[in-house]
Amino acid sequence: MEIKVMANILDKNDQLAAEVNAQLSRRGIFALNLLGSPGSGKTSLLERTIAALKDELRMAVIEGDLFTDKDADRIARQGVPVVQINTGGGCHLDANMVKGVLDRLDLENLDLLIIENVGNLVCPAEFNIGEDMKATVLSVTEGEDKPLKYPLVFKQAGAVVVNKIDLLPYTSFDLAAATEDITSINPQITLIPASCRTGEGLEGWFDWLRGRVAAKKAAAGRQGN
Amino acid sequence: MHEMAIAQGILDIALAAAAENDAATVARIKLQVGEMTEVEPEALTFCFAALAAGTAAAAAELEVEVLPLVGRCRDCGREFRVERFRFLCPGCGSAGVEIVSGRELRVEHLEVE
Ligand SMILES: [Zn+2]
Repeated sequence: MEIKVMANILDKNDQLAAEVNAQLSRRGIFALNLLGSPGSGKTSLLERTIAALKDELRMAVIEGDLFTDKDADRIARQGVPVVQINTGGGCHLDANMVKGVLDRLDLENLDLLIIENVGNLVCPAEFNIGEDMKATVLSVTEGEDKPLKYPLVFKQAGAVVVNKIDLLPYTSFDLAAATEDITSINPQITLIPASCRTGEGLEGWFDWLRGRVAAKKAAAGRQGN
Repeated sequence: MHEMAIAQGILDIALAAAAENDAATVARIKLQVGEMTEVEPEALTFCFAALAAGTAAAAAELEVEVLPLVGRCRDCGREFRVERFRFLCPGCGSAGVEIVSGRELRVEHLEVE
């Protein structure tokens, strides 16, 4: 016997993601899903972001990691609330994991929640975790073939930070070619060349984030919260 | 290996549909996977076999149909196959292209006994 099913495999995850997003949206919190390879500089970008914005925005961080809490320690030293999720080897966060830690955050007093996903350009792209937007960090030491190799993390992202541009003279990374590939995958993306080491370009990233947070607040206000 | 999570999703859907239809075993599962997903069919088959062992779908064969990446221009209405992930309309050059197909991760049908 043949049974017509037509069921989306990730429906259960997407449903939980919608629940997470609803909980955050009710309070006008902008949630960012931060993606990138190991070593691309996600945690450094987070440290810079916290230092620049913590007096201006009420922020919290969820740290996804395979096994360790090293990154969470680094973030906690910056003086913002941080919750650790260990995936125990799993290659991505899913919505259920995020939902499980939401009650450990003071949601009533929050403007911005940044979720640092597991270091991996492939798997996290498939799983919504309740975010409003994804952002991807790509470092120039990874090579410019990454966008066409893993197009989904660039297609899904609202912004991409091309990190470590201070190292451009020492690599064969072609910034113009990478820009061309990324913007043809995602013509709407905000592309920010930057260096988390020198601080160059980061003002553009902070402004992008400020803009997203303000837009989310305005949208929540319109819904009469 | 996010294929493990996806394989678990497939197994859950297949076992629920089989139970609903009073079927004893699932013989075949037809999947539709879009070209712009990060799923490796071979890894998926491997993960599924591991998860399905001992269930009514233990002997199920996975058939994967890969759906091409197709975009539609919001400005001129043209539908086209997206090559090399270039989301620009080949007709009018517009960047306002939406994905019509290529992002599917779907159980299409089951064959059960
Ligand atoms: Zn067009």
